[in-house]
Amino acid sequence: MHALFLAWQYLVFNKIRSLTLVACVTLIAVLPLSLEVLLDESERQLLSRAQSTPLLLGARGSALDLVMNALYFDDEVPELISMLAVDELLAMDLAEPVPLYTRFNARGFPIVGTTLDYFDFRGLKLAQGRQMAVLGEIVLGASVAESLNLKPGDNLLSSPQTVFDLAGIYPLKMKVVGVLERSHTPDDLAVFADVKTTWVIEGLGHGHQDVSQVTDETLIMQRSENGVVASPKLFQYNEITADNIDSFHFHGDAGEYPLTAVIVIPDDTRSSTILRGRYLEEAGMHQVVLPEKVIDGLLQNIFRIKNVLDAVIVLVGSATLLALVLVFALSLRLRQRELHTIFKLGCSRATITYLLAAEILIIGLIAAGLCAALLSVVDGYSSDLVRTLFIN
Amino acid sequence: MINIQSLEFHYPGNGFSLAIEQFDVAQGEKVAVIGPSGSGKTTLLNLAAGIIKSERGSLAVANTKIEQLSDAQRRDFRINNIGFVFQDFELIEYLNVMDNIIHPYRITRSLQLTPSVRQRAIQLAEKIGISDKLNRYANDLSQGEKQRVAICRALLPGPKLVFADEATGNLDPRNKDRILDLLFDNVAEHGATLLAVTHDHELLPRFDRVVDFLEFHTPGPA
Repeated sequence: MHALFLAWQYLVFNKIRSLTLVACVTLIAVLPLSLEVLLDESERQLLSRAQSTPLLLGARGSALDLVMNALYFDDEVPELISMLAVDELLAMDLAEPVPLYTRFNARGFPIVGTTLDYFDFRGLKLAQGRQMAVLGEIVLGASVAESLNLKPGDNLLSSPQTVFDLAGIYPLKMKVVGVLERSHTPDDLAVFADVKTTWVIEGLGHGHQDVSQVTDETLIMQRSENGVVASPKLFQYNEITADNIDSFHFHGDAGEYPLTAVIVIPDDTRSSTILRGRYLEEAGMHQVVLPEKVIDGLLQNIFRIKNVLDAVIVLVGSATLLALVLVFALSLRLRQRELHTIFKLGCSRATITYLLAAEILIIGLIAAGLCAALLSVVDGYSSDLVRTLFIN
Repeated sequence: MINIQSLEFHYPGNGFSLAIEQFDVAQGEKVAVIGPSGSGKTTLLNLAAGIIKSERGSLAVANTKIEQLSDAQRRDFRINNIGFVFQDFELIEYLNVMDNIIHPYRITRSLQLTPSVRQRAIQLAEKIGISDKLNRYANDLSQGEKQRVAICRALLPGPKLVFADEATGNLDPRNKDRILDLLFDNVAEHGATLLAVTHDHELLPRFDRVVDFLEFHTPGPA
């Protein structure tokens, strides 16, 4: 007890030296441990999501971009496919397709255009409100609702793609009708809309004044028996309401409308094998990937980088430990007079060793406490940190 | 109390040597040792306290042959019998005055730090005039105050022998008398012996005996 008291007094008296030592020891410990926590969390997040998604269909190209966008709503949009891919899958009658169109965002959160099947597939449940039913309605992930402070009945604007492009994609005011329960997955950070709503955001579908009723002739470019060609001056709605929903319509062939991916839920293992075989052909426009395999490859790369980082940390840690030993050795030299005094007062060499060991113990304990506190902070934010550092 | 016969010691490397043929101090005696700087007065105290070990001769303190003791035994002997006031105070800078006074109790197993020890330390500090500085750090004290703390630390265990190496060297005349009174009171109270090294000739009449170091030892190269 006396050794601890004296060691504490010494450390308090030499505050700057003690704090520096504590900081060094804490850093040496907290860096590799934090990395371990983050990698464990990233592995958990990435793998659990990938393992729960049997197959993904998308355009040929980067399988990683496809998986990251479809599973984690990454900003990197893969090559687009069309709704025909869904029709093809339905025609095969081997799997249930869930379309995804994840290209736009609202106030920094991805808008996921999909169908109600997605919620059943992911096991997502509503915490408030109801499911989206008509065009323009959205359901929010728990984190989105929390961070934007939105609830059913509120509105959310989709973000314009290009601020200075007048011909670009304009914001659509969407109505929040439900908020999902927290799932601790990327779904918490997403805004869900019907896939048709995302097509409206893209401009493929729109609502405007009834041109047959328009009296202002400057809004009409041409009238014929086949129809009316309106001028760009014609007012288009940027919000879908009960009053104007009937005016919303889509142009062109619905089969050509874009998707970023299709989640494919095979009926059984045999169907899965057949499907994968059908999309193996390299000349084809589509690919079917096993998300788990793609993520496993990604994790291998992450762990390779981790090994390099570990080696760097070991080197830096060793250098820091050597520096700490040097600091202690120099400190002992500076304290020779004091140690000689306590020796003359009757202190044994063993007690002097206890005193020094007590100092190291106190520094170690404080550093361990700080390390534990920092790790609990890292652990608390690991989910978000992983999404920021590894997924997005 | 102290009996030295044919004692020889030298510091390796620096050429200093000490040789004392015969030196005795009786129990309860108050002896002042004078002599020029570098003549070995402090070395004599360190030898008698068992801090350093003689090479030849006999050194008995309180009927214990110091040179026959192991390092640990010399340490225990010192803790239990000798109070040492060092020449340059040797206070611990990171401890306050109170903790400096009771420091020997924290670093040795032979001495037990009890509430009564603390109480005695406070009484001693009051007696010596530093009770208002018990919470101050050593670096915040004047030279005289540091010396008084060092004296308190030496006297607290109630030693049979008090070695004082220039104990009043840094004090003003009023405090010199006060410190000497305290030392002499303690010696009388415990029937202890005082062996004090001093350069201050004004104080010599207060001692029972004065030993001029040059008269009884033979300094010379090793």
